[in-house]
Amino acid sequence: MTSAGILMLIFFVLCNTGGEIAMSYGMKRVGEPAGFRPKELLRFVWAAARNRWLWLAIPLLAASFYSLLILFSWAPVSVVIPASASNFIVGTICAKYLLKEDVSRRRWLGVICVWVGVLLVIVPPKKKEGPSAHLSPDSRLERILKF
Amino acid sequence: MSHEHRLRFKTLVMVLLMVVCANTGDLMLARGMKQIGHVEITVPGLQHALWMTIQNASIWIGICFLIGFTLCYMTAVSWADYSFVMPAGAFGYAIQTMLAILVFHEVVSPRRWMGVTLICAGVLLVGQTKPNTTNVGVLPS
Repeated sequence: MTSAGILMLIFFVLCNTGGEIAMSYGMKRVGEPAGFRPKELLRFVWAAARNRWLWLAIPLLAASFYSLLILFSWAPVSVVIPASASNFIVGTICAKYLLKEDVSRRRWLGVICVWVGVLLVIVPPKKKEGPSAHLSPDSRLERILKF
Repeated sequence: MSHEHRLRFKTLVMVLLMVVCANTGDLMLARGMKQIGHVEITVPGLQHALWMTIQNASIWIGICFLIGFTLCYMTAVSWADYSFVMPAGAFGYAIQTMLAILVFHEVVSPRRWMGVTLICAGVLLVGQTKPNTTNVGVLPS
C-alpha cells in the first residue's frame, strides 16, 4: 500500500472508531427502548435524535464510509478489507481509556495478533538488494538494451 | 426438532446470510470504485468521485447488501450470544481475500495470507472475551 493509502487507512480507522465510540456512548446515554409498541419506539427514536453524541457519530461514520470507497479505488480488495481490521486495535485502546471498559489479557493478545497481521498485509516486503536495486526503470531498461 | 436445535439452525442460517451479504456488499463497492477509477484528493476530484458514486449502480447494490448484513447481524445477536456470532466476522476477512482472488484475479502473496490468518485469529480472540465489562445500563445524561 502507498503512503497516501496508509494515510487514508489511518483517516478511515480514526473516523470509524470515533463514530462507533460516539454511537456507543450516545446509545448508552439514551438507554434501551421501554418496549416495542409504536409509542415507546417513537419515544426512543426522539430521545436518540436529541442526543448530540449520535449527531457526532453520523458524520464520522459517513466520512469513514467515503474513505473506504476511496481506498477501494486505490488498492486491491485483498489489502483493503484485511487492513480495515485495524479498527479492532484503535477500538480496543479507545474502549479501555475513553469508555473505561475492562480489557482482558486475552483481548490484548487478540489486538496484537490483528496488529501484526495488518502490518504483514499493508507493508510491502523489502526489495532484495542487488546491483540494479537503486536504478530507475529507465536506466534498468538502458542496461538491458546495452546487454 | 427441539427448541435448542431450531434456534441453532436458524442462527446458523442467519450467520450464513450475514457473511454472504457482507462479502457481496464489499465486493460490489470495490467493483463500483474500480469502474469509477482512481480518486484524486482535490476538491474537484472528490466532488467528481462523489457524483460518480451516487450514479453508480454497483455502489447502490453494495449499500443494499450492507444494510442486509446489518439487519441479519442484529437479528443473529438478538437470538444467539455475541461470541457465537463473532467468529463469522473473523472468517469474513479470509473469505473476502479468497473472493478477491476469484472475482478480481488479485495476486495474494504467502506473506499476506499469513497476515490474514493472524487477523482472523486476533478477531477470534477479541470476540471470545466478555461483550460487556462495565455493567452500566444507562449513563446519566
